[in-house]
Amino acid sequence: MTIPQERHVLVVFPHPDDEAFGVSGTITTHIQQGTPVTYACLTLGEMGRNLGNPPFATRESLPIIRKKELQASADAMGLTDLRMMGLRDKTIEFEDDEKMVGLMTDLIEELNPSKIITFYPDFAVHPDHEATARAVVRAVRRMKDRPTLHGVAFANNTVEMLGQPDVIYDIQEVRDQKMNSMKAHISQTAWMLEEMEHKLQQGDKETENWLTKERFYNYRWHEDFEKSF
Amino acid sequence: MELVEVKKLQVELDAFAGRDVYLHLETTNGSYATHFNEGFFNAGAFIRNVVINYELGKVVGDSPHRVGLKLPHGWVYAQGITHYELDEQGRLLLAGHDGSGKLAVALQISETPFSY
Repeated sequence: MTIPQERHVLVVFPHPDDEAFGVSGTITTHIQQGTPVTYACLTLGEMGRNLGNPPFATRESLPIIRKKELQASADAMGLTDLRMMGLRDKTIEFEDDEKMVGLMTDLIEELNPSKIITFYPDFAVHPDHEATARAVVRAVRRMKDRPTLHGVAFANNTVEMLGQPDVIYDIQEVRDQKMNSMKAHISQTAWMLEEMEHKLQQGDKETENWLTKERFYNYRWHEDFEKSF
Repeated sequence: MELVEVKKLQVELDAFAGRDVYLHLETTNGSYATHFNEGFFNAGAFIRNVVINYELGKVVGDSPHRVGLKLPHGWVYAQGITHYELDEQGRLLLAGHDGSGKLAVALQISETPFSY
């Protein structure tokens, strides 16, 4: 599938590096096609567990490191509109739900995106991912003219419940940028990248496939995750 | 951070005793524990910027260590502490990192509030 032209793309995730693995190829492609892309990252991943042994960071210095990594990832993708929203890692689901919807509504009203990318509610594993997805879906649900809403889903039961993704983009041409976005978050991705390089060297098809394709689900309004909010 | 040396850390703990200090206490298995191991019961706790005033602080045992703070009306303790640091802002940061470099527990005290 080729990536269609959009008026403006808004990407909303809670953690630095959420954008790298699943979406950085798509973001890069949109930017190369001249589409403005805004990435709203809700936290700085303050509660990340990879601090090393011997440690390279402390609980208090980690957000400073991850902020720089997030900026480096944005640079790797050519992204210029990066919003750091100032919430704290692992607390998003405990924020006032209406406040969260308001945060999303403000972004949408300001940017008027034709497409929004976030996590797919109920299939996003991490509580922050789920809370982010709920807030975005609720904000979009209230709109008269809804933009395209693409969800990233990776819970273990995703294929069983949602079937195969209905949007699959070939991002081979921007593979280097995707790799550089992942490498930018080195404090959290080092061990994963090492494992990936190893698998690639062995010619592992699944890993190769994962690096060259990005998968999304169109949000199914007819199977909305809640009846009302 | 450096590996805990009981005598050195004890001196640091003593220095904060009897003073109002902000506490950060955290235990975690990570948010993905149940994703990678579906039978895993994921539990943890987090508290940040609550003011305490302890009369006695002790670090005990071989690594990983236990650290306990005795309060006028209660206790704070953490187990699994491997590393510590008195950072450039004078905050005492204790943490337990597992063999793969992942934080499992943190106990931190500071005379000024930790960031948000």
